Amino acid sequence: MDLDDQASVNRLAETNGTDNMIVLLGQPDPDSTVLFAETVTRGDPTWAGPLAGVPLGLPVYHILEPDIKQQMDATLYDEHVGLMELSANVDEIVEEVRAYRST
Amino acid sequence: MQLKGKRVIAIGEREGVPGPSLKALAESAGAEVVFAVTQCFV
Amino acid sequence: MITPALLHASYALAHVPDVVRYGSKPTRELARDAALCEQLSAALRTWEAALAYPPNQVFIGNLSPERLAARARPWSAEPLAEARPVGPFGRMVDQITFYGLLKLADDFDLVVLDEDIAASARAAVQALQPNRLMQRVDRIVGVPAEQLERLASSEHGLPLFHAGRRVGFMRSAHDQDASLGADILLENLAGKATAALALSEALVHGPIAPEQVDYLLNTGEEAVGDRYQRGGGSLSKAAGEVVGCINATGSDIKAFCSAPVHGLIIAASLVQAGLFRHVVVIGGGSLAKLGMKFLGHLKSGVPIMEDVLASMAFVVGPANGQDPVFRLDSVGRHTIQASSAPPMLYQALVLDPLTRVGLKMTDIDRYAVELHNPEITLPAGSGDVPLTNYRTLAALAVKRHEIERSAIDDFVSQRGMPGFAPTQGHIPAGVPYLGHARRALRAAELQRIMVVAKGSLFLGRMTQLSDGMSFILERDPSAGDHPVQTPT
Repeated sequence: MDLDDQASVNRLAETNGTDNMIVLLGQPDPDSTVLFAETVTRGDPTWAGPLAGVPLGLPVYHILEPDIKQQMDATLYDEHVGLMELSANVDEIVEEVRAYRST
Repeated sequence: MQLKGKRVIAIGEREGVPGPSLKALAESAGAEVVFAVTQCFV
Repeated sequence: MITPALLHASYALAHVPDVVRYGSKPTRELARDAALCEQLSAALRTWEAALAYPPNQVFIGNLSPERLAARARPWSAEPLAEARPVGPFGRMVDQITFYGLLKLADDFDLVVLDEDIAASARAAVQALQPNRLMQRVDRIVGVPAEQLERLASSEHGLPLFHAGRRVGFMRSAHDQDASLGADILLENLAGKATAALALSEALVHGPIAPEQVDYLLNTGEEAVGDRYQRGGGSLSKAAGEVVGCINATGSDIKAFCSAPVHGLIIAASLVQAGLFRHVVVIGGGSLAKLGMKFLGHLKSGVPIMEDVLASMAFVVGPANGQDPVFRLDSVGRHTIQASSAPPMLYQALVLDPLTRVGLKMTDIDRYAVELHNPEITLPAGSGDVPLTNYRTLAALAVKRHEIERSAIDDFVSQRGMPGFAPTQGHIPAGVPYLGHARRALRAAELQRIMVVAKGSLFLGRMTQLSDGMSFILERDPSAGDHPVQTPT
């Protein structure tokens, strides 16, 4: 994850607390989903950025999760996510991101 | 999990769903997006 | 009206393992943890390994993308036995040759080489025959070791290494101007030198002489200028001067990774308008992106594959009945109002231009998208970029009822290709396929291809927008069914 973006996320968490805060991801494959989910829960796995060793423990969700989808505007969802729903490995992505919420 | 009323950090990706799209979608569910960004790996 | 055609496509790769440390990511990481230097050095590839790496051989045309797709992964585990530094679309050069190119492209005595290395570098450049660089080869001279030592200890700059040993020095041009610091100048000069190499290849093997180039469009990602006009540009003329394009003028196009596709479309338009007869689009290597994903490579125990500077040159001119032609009636563009979400991006870049000329997605034989080598991106958790793009395109064809959902994989394998380009920003953006495409379209193996490039404008923090451009290249209708062989 971009180092400046890690700093921004860290700052948000530090200044306003993490109450009621969640992370929503839009990665197209399981590998990059894991990378970002890991960064905002356990810390930057590459140990390069401001979140290295900072376990924010934020609840992390993916835009492809059915529970997330059903809360969003259906037309908008189809416009922005419709193709990825067809092309991505949805089951694996959902399984990976869920694993970061159960630990 | 209810998105409504949540503060959302949206981390999108160029090849997937970019940050501005995630923001629009989260807002359509009643969430407040406090940070939205798009990652580009290449 | 003149029909514009792709008259030639050239590519070059410079293998520069000792320059990887000056990539943006390695520079920052090594400053943080000096112990990484040893790990990085140990994971660099030899010239032989980089040369025989199958994707590199695809880049210069010695192996087709189709043959690469059929090879076992990882590609690095099975070197190409018949690898050669010279291919039908260009060549690979080693680090000594690169230092020679750097010196011959240097108009301000910024590069100081050890005299022994300079002699080797001069011989190496002379050995690249034929080339358009000989008029400058005498510039490749060095200084005695003591003088280099004195300079390195008294001036601001960066040491240049070969096989781990200091063999040169890159000077800063101004002690208070970051835009003229040694790091930026090295980045810019590397872009110029490698662009000149690709341009030299295009002018040796293509149909026109240097004097016949009317306009040069540089599309690289470097930012040439001083403190008052960072990014001022025109590396186009700087590179053209090196190879003797004395009648050309030129400019640079800035559009992140999609700049080469913008450049090709503008080049074709200039030719079609009759303003310039021959326009050459060039792009040099991106030094900043060397070793960009080296941490992921170290972690995964694979070699550091971002060890090459890639460059390219495309000659655009009037159709000749053999070379493929640009369809300027179906240029795809990503407008400011268009969303950057893939469905709408591909609507703008693929569907709209096809619809405009009454074509279906399946009328395109092959799509060239972001052709980043997945073996470079996957170990860093960045996914397989071309595969993601091809699957998105296939999903679009499903939504359009052009194919069945079960045919997504077939669409990807038939109309796509594996990524084979180094992760050098503007280089992988569809255009690495043009050499193969020109050959296949001339040979009547394909009728029509589409090049689709995307740019991440938001990285510069000036807008949240993305960018993209696309064009169709097709067999010259006047060529009929007769296949034309492309000289190799």
